[in-house]
Amino acid sequence: MRGRLWGLALYVFVLGFILNLLGIVSHVLVSSFAKRWFGTPFPRSLTTEWYSYAWKEFGLAHVLGVTIFVALTVVFLALVMGFPAAYILARRNFQWKPVLLLLYFLPLLIPQMTYGIPLATTMFRYGIGGSVAGVILAVMVPMVPLAIFILMPFFEQISLNLEWGAAMMGANRFQVFRRILLPLTLPGLLTAGILVLVNTVSNFELTFLVSGAGSQTLVVALFYNVFAGGVRPVYSVDAMAVMYMTMVMILLVIALRFVRPTQMVFRLDQPRR
Amino acid sequence: MRRGETGEPSELDLMALACLAPSLLYVLVMFVYPFLYGIYLSLRPLKVPGFSLANYVAFFSDQYQYKTVGITFRLAVPNTVVVVAFSLLLAYNMRRGIWLERTITTILVLPISLGVILLSQGILGFYGGKGWLNQLLLGLGLLEDSLVLTHNFTGVMLSLFMQQFPFCFLMLLGYISGIDPSIENSARTLGAGPWTVFQRVMLPLIAPGLAIAFALVFVMSFGTFASAIMLGQPSGATRTIAIAAYAQAFEMFDMPYASAIAVIMGIFQLAGLLVILLLRRQMVLAATMGVGKR
Repeated sequence: MRGRLWGLALYVFVLGFILNLLGIVSHVLVSSFAKRWFGTPFPRSLTTEWYSYAWKEFGLAHVLGVTIFVALTVVFLALVMGFPAAYILARRNFQWKPVLLLLYFLPLLIPQMTYGIPLATTMFRYGIGGSVAGVILAVMVPMVPLAIFILMPFFEQISLNLEWGAAMMGANRFQVFRRILLPLTLPGLLTAGILVLVNTVSNFELTFLVSGAGSQTLVVALFYNVFAGGVRPVYSVDAMAVMYMTMVMILLVIALRFVRPTQMVFRLDQPRR
Repeated sequence: MRRGETGEPSELDLMALACLAPSLLYVLVMFVYPFLYGIYLSLRPLKVPGFSLANYVAFFSDQYQYKTVGITFRLAVPNTVVVVAFSLLLAYNMRRGIWLERTITTILVLPISLGVILLSQGILGFYGGKGWLNQLLLGLGLLEDSLVLTHNFTGVMLSLFMQQFPFCFLMLLGYISGIDPSIENSARTLGAGPWTVFQRVMLPLIAPGLAIAFALVFVMSFGTFASAIMLGQPSGATRTIAIAAYAQAFEMFDMPYASAIAVIMGIFQLAGLLVILLLRRQMVLAATMGVGKR
């Protein structure tokens, strides 16, 4: 009986959290379609004009272009750098490996605000702060390690015998890479790529610290317009928020075809059964 | 040539080094160097020539600045405890899978992916003075006056909980459901009740994961920036240390002072991590004592 009540309480808590979350998200959604909305449960009349307003006033075509360009470039570079490193870290055992792993883990552990300020200072000093290239370089700092840590278990799953077999039959290193490793780690590359993509699109702190007027991504532009509050109608800011939300949700739907939700956070030592 | 399988450390050949080089160089140039440069810069104040601790002295002698440490702790510590407690409770009870588990975990990923800005914007609307929650409670006659839940301490706590609970919960769920269930079953067979199983068997096994959860949530909360601006009073009650650092850097353009605040923030986060790791050792010791020979 006590166990039953306990279970019920947990479900109530989860239900409450989910309702709360849906409320938060749908409030933004409803508000973006409202003509005027003040003090009533639901707006009296609906309109879609805030979307075209937001698109024009906030220069969203440019912002969206920057966001997509930054995200795709980060994914590509993080995978190119992460793939070989993950291979060596998964296959070899060498003296400095724990130190190296710790070094790769630090950008994920230390909050972005803490290292973002010195990073931004350094980048502005060398004149790359404020540019799109600067944003890409800054966001890659946690994304390269993220790609490495996601890819490592995928290499660990591939039997060494496959590589040896291929080598015995006369394949050189490039052929082993092209014919054995690449096809077998394709799911890993997909997982890592999608998670890096979602994390880059929703990355706020590093992008915020490093971006300038022409290099804002969608989240940063959203923050500036919320923060500027009062100048812009809240409905138009919400319309922008909905566009951002749609983008993330599409990515998430794709991501969840390949990834378990528990994999979306850190991978720990013990993989799930 | 059984490298990697025997577990013996081996020398790295040229190819291995070439594989590691790009990412390693990247982390060294873009992470380690700026960090060291930040420390160096923090010791070179604008107003004093040469090396000096003037920035650190200035921070700890200006009440407006050093108050931010207390504010950040008052946000981060209760938030960490609440988030980890709820996550542990829920993840522990879901360790053998429950009804609709996949749906529930999928919905919980949503706030992590949406990010802090959208969540805060939604909380502003939903919990605001004229928001749905207040309208509902007023409409039901449960309240006389609407609750003030945003632009104060509560607002920031709400936003932090919404972001970090799913993260912490999914992490612990992944960890706990990775523990071999036969261990628990043996304990039950030997006559241990649910509470004894939790306390004597499962808790020591969960302890490493729990320590990681505590550490990550604390460190994340201590760096709170956007939530504290959007849902709090960024120049008053919820001026966290991250806001202080940002203001020095991008409003005062005093990069050395800003770097000093960032270093102070990093030191407090590190101190928090160390305390958590020490507590974990204590916990493991306490759990293994009285069990007798292991």
